[in-house]
Amino acid sequence: MSENYFKKYPSKDGFYKEYGGAFVPPVLEKEMKKIADSYFTISKSHNFISELRSIRKHYQGRPTPVYFCNRLSEKYGGRIYLKREDLNHSGAHKLNHCMGEALLAKYMGKKRLIAETGAGQHGVALATAAAYFGLECEIHMGEVDMKKEHPNVARMKILGAEVIPVSSGLKTLKEAVDSAFQSYLKDPDNTIYCIGSVVGPHPFPMMVRDFQRIVGIEAKEQFFDMTGELPDNVVACVGGGSNAMGIFSSFLEDDECSLYGVEPGGLSLKKGEHAATMTKGKPGTIHGFKCYLLQEEDGQPQPVYSVASGLDYPGVGPEHSMLRDINRVTYDSVGDKEAIDAFFELSRLEGIIPALESAHAVAYALKLAGEKPHTSVLVNLSGRGDKDLDFVIDNYGKDYQI
Amino acid sequence: MRLTNIFNNKSDLLSVYFTAGFPELNSTISVLEALENAGVDFVEVGMPFSDPVADGPTIQGSSTHALNNGISLKLLFEQLEEAKKRVSFPLILMGYFNPILKFGVERFVERCVECDIQGVILPDMPYEIYDEKYRHIFEKRGVFPIFLITPQTTDERIKLLDENSSLFLYMVSSSSVTGKSSGNNMQQLAYFKRVAEMKLKSPVMTGFGISDNKSFKRVCGYTNGAIIGSAYVSAIKNSVDIESDTLSFVKRIRG
Ligand SMILES: Cc1ncc(COP(=O)(O)O)c(C=O)c1O
Repeated sequence: MSENYFKKYPSKDGFYKEYGGAFVPPVLEKEMKKIADSYFTISKSHNFISELRSIRKHYQGRPTPVYFCNRLSEKYGGRIYLKREDLNHSGAHKLNHCMGEALLAKYMGKKRLIAETGAGQHGVALATAAAYFGLECEIHMGEVDMKKEHPNVARMKILGAEVIPVSSGLKTLKEAVDSAFQSYLKDPDNTIYCIGSVVGPHPFPMMVRDFQRIVGIEAKEQFFDMTGELPDNVVACVGGGSNAMGIFSSFLEDDECSLYGVEPGGLSLKKGEHAATMTKGKPGTIHGFKCYLLQEEDGQPQPVYSVASGLDYPGVGPEHSMLRDINRVTYDSVGDKEAIDAFFELSRLEGIIPALESAHAVAYALKLAGEKPHTSVLVNLSGRGDKDLDFVIDNYGKDYQI
Repeated sequence: MRLTNIFNNKSDLLSVYFTAGFPELNSTISVLEALENAGVDFVEVGMPFSDPVADGPTIQGSSTHALNNGISLKLLFEQLEEAKKRVSFPLILMGYFNPILKFGVERFVERCVECDIQGVILPDMPYEIYDEKYRHIFEKRGVFPIFLITPQTTDERIKLLDENSSLFLYMVSSSSVTGKSSGNNMQQLAYFKRVAEMKLKSPVMTGFGISDNKSFKRVCGYTNGAIIGSAYVSAIKNSVDIESDTLSFVKRIRG
């Protein structure tokens, strides 16, 4: 990996080798260029950086800790560490890029933020940022996810956001993105579409990654402070891939660190029962960018499913697609059942209730730790599980004596 | 009939967009026949995609419906091969890039040639990517892209697209999605005038939000004609007699 990785990727046009770009209709072409230009000028300015730093410290409560899991490591072997993004304000890593995007929106003179949300974590984070900056906020969410993640729907409404239910297709994340795009196209001048992950047309995958890099920067230093070395393994769940890019970005050039992206294996790897994009997908374009894509023979995106609403997306970030091709990151999948097991293990052995998304990463870490007794594993615990409690109790409670 | 002949010989052109495989899987051919009989000048056949970011609810709905009917590119080309024996007005294909990528770009262009398709509109394919990666494949076989311009497109870029167009430029009437009525405002008028005054070499067709005789007449004052999509798709959505509904639709538009 060359030293100027971040200068090289993405290219000027937003490509990570063959992936990424901006495959957008002309109405959006100019707006995307404008956002990219503003990003390069504004977000590198001293004022912007100072304000964001201050927000991260005093408002978000950063840095979030790295925590060594005593009982979990004892039971499974290895040494398991968590980067506690569940302790980031609003309960997940999502606020890291939302505060950045909203601050940029403010500098650009935008009045309204819109976005899609799957698990509702991104929606809550954006609604939080909108409240902080005094901007309007409109969140698109599939009806299926609204039911499953109703505590987050309530939070968004309390924060003053408008939640738009999406009833097309499978009524989940992909349809929410379609709906948010539609709304964005109606008034791109006053609005900014704050996409929820390292996906979408350039410059979003780059911007979201850059705002999430703080996770990796902190974690690397904290881990070194605690252990005097770098982690042998870094693990993160991958929906679109924002929390994973955030933590991976600090270790890309450290070849001794193995990096693992964990995708949702759902019920099985049969079509329609998972969202393991890297395992089963082929390169394609969706929502304005090129990436690995779960798609039919005729190029239509496939239906996807996962117990974790924030992970069931048929595409994946373009940078992840490249990192897979150059074999820097290993992508694998964890099914619903293993994720739920890990959800309870972490809750009962460490007193930390993870988001179902993050539970996928935990499950994979337990596997790695079990295989190599002396290995160290740093997990990005991307969010807390409060939003998932009712769903887990209703559907899995009796298997765990509830 | 070649498109260039039509542009040279006629004004106030009426072009219609419809979604292939809608309302029934096999409607494609009967819709084309109805449109030709009704005197439509040329047609954009929509290749359905499940996530059409530039389209409003009407076309999105018809696309989903058509996909549920079982339409695919492969099947569409079979329908078009049959259609070519029955209609003679020019046909253009319009659709998103991924199904074409999956189908194979060269194979796609080959099939276009076999089906007498003269041009393609790919709303999510930026000019730069077309130019760099795909241009040679299309040009070699004489299938040409039609580029979109919007109120936000700069003069400089309009000129670039004009110089690189072989058929016509598609002027999107407002910065929005398909199917939203084109606001009758000063801003839009200024945009129409700006483009008209550029004296482009290519013919210009206006689309997005045209739904009646008034909006049709208005855009014909500035450009070679209009493209109507959502209004027509709505008109045949629940039609029991596509032939006569198409005829009265076209009559209503032309006035
Ligand atoms: C807690 C948490 N982790 C992870 C994700 C997945 O997103 P990404 O892959 O962009 O990190 C989500 C998405 O909603 C989430 O809420």
